[in-house]
Amino acid sequence: MIDFAPFWLSFKLAGLTTLILFVLALPFAWWLSQTTSKSKPFFEAVTALPIVLPPSVLGFYLLVVLSPSSALGSFLEDIFGVKLVFSFTGLVVASCFYSLPFMVQPLQSGFETLNKHMLEAAYLAGKSKFQTVLNVALPNVKPSLVTAFIITFAHTVGEFGVVLMIGGSIPGETKVASVAIYEMVEIMEYGQAHIYAAIMVAMSFCVLLAVYMFNQKQKTKIGLL
Amino acid sequence: MIDINIHKQLHGSQGVMALDINLQIQKGEFVALMGESGAGKTTLLRILAGLEHAKGKILVEGNSWENMPPQQREIGFVFQDYALFDNMTVEENLFFVQNDQALACELLELTEMSSLRQRNVARLSGGQKQRVSLCRAMMKKPKLLLMDEPLSSLDFSMRSKLQHEIKRLHERFGTTTIMVSHDIHDVFALSSRVLVLEQGKIIQDGTARQLWLANDKYCSVEVLELEEKSDKVMATVYVAGKLLEVEVNSDVYIGQHIQITLNGVYL
Repeated sequence: MIDFAPFWLSFKLAGLTTLILFVLALPFAWWLSQTTSKSKPFFEAVTALPIVLPPSVLGFYLLVVLSPSSALGSFLEDIFGVKLVFSFTGLVVASCFYSLPFMVQPLQSGFETLNKHMLEAAYLAGKSKFQTVLNVALPNVKPSLVTAFIITFAHTVGEFGVVLMIGGSIPGETKVASVAIYEMVEIMEYGQAHIYAAIMVAMSFCVLLAVYMFNQKQKTKIGLL
Repeated sequence: MIDINIHKQLHGSQGVMALDINLQIQKGEFVALMGESGAGKTTLLRILAGLEHAKGKILVEGNSWENMPPQQREIGFVFQDYALFDNMTVEENLFFVQNDQALACELLELTEMSSLRQRNVARLSGGQKQRVSLCRAMMKKPKLLLMDEPLSSLDFSMRSKLQHEIKRLHERFGTTTIMVSHDIHDVFALSSRVLVLEQGKIIQDGTARQLWLANDKYCSVEVLELEEKSDKVMATVYVAGKLLEVEVNSDVYIGQHIQITLNGVYL
């Protein structure tokens, strides 16, 4: 009997991470797309770090910063009773760092392609920046929005290194699908590993196919194809 | 009345240039703003709209617009590239500015766009988009309507149709208007006053008639082609939308500017 718990945990983690990142990354991506500040490359480089860093490096630093022996870790544990290592909450925090560029970059590049005059027309219509982002910018970057959501979700489902370092492998708490596959291979349960891996491949392919089909449909709708 | 006294340093293609504008515009006037590219025309519009900052003052009917964000200025702006909200239909574009059904209906009727009100703007032609842009700019019943080359990207027939619609809207609402244009035909048809900008300064101010009505019948034209026809040298020149052949001396060369006479005779 296949245990689907690691998959549900992966989905829960990915769903929460995507939602939290959307709320946090939206104003940040908007700011990056609109600013002419000299500090912009600095923030872009920091955002892109998780793409180039080995997950173990990110995991190591998060472990150092979030562990109960660190100032932040002990503060959070003493005041709020929140334990961020070897817990699901810790996984969510770590995933938010790990998947940050996958939410920020598509949104930022989508916003950057928007016609500047269209945004100015919204300001001249009396709309605030928030209203403009909500009613004009976001609906006009739908493909970027969908890409950001799906890629962030899929990437979080597929994360391994950071999860292993921050969460370990506690069944039902931190043992997500990728970790479960690794463990099965370690104990030479190749049959089970095969099934899990195949599910991951099929799911990832379907997600990506859906994104590309949606983007093609959008382009047809606005007359680009 | 609109009282403009502004100063701004511009970094143009020809180095640093100062935009210095001291100008009074009467209520209901239709002002055309002309001048070479980079003279500061669009920048002036953007400053008036609050999209760019400048030193000085802008007084509109006695109220200062200094440091006022674009959201609070009673401005209608028609961009050269339409700048419509592509995710909305024609009427949604208008209602996004103000939910005024009666005004939207009237504007769409005046511009003959009523039948397309439910259509997504991404599926409109250039001329239709510019009309929507014009209607949208009027939805706030602005004190000042700013238009940045509204007709320049349209073909000739659409241009003259839209010209009439702009005129109709101006007659109906009497909105004080500033329009940037390069086209004497548009300017003459629409404006009551013309300002010519050069290097950030107003160098001419008057009516189109005062500025361009030819006092003499001479016209300078460029020689496009030369041809010998039975001992005569004929030059082909372009004037007033037509190619003309005129007899010239044998020392005239292609590219030379020659003077010809225009006989304004009614046939």
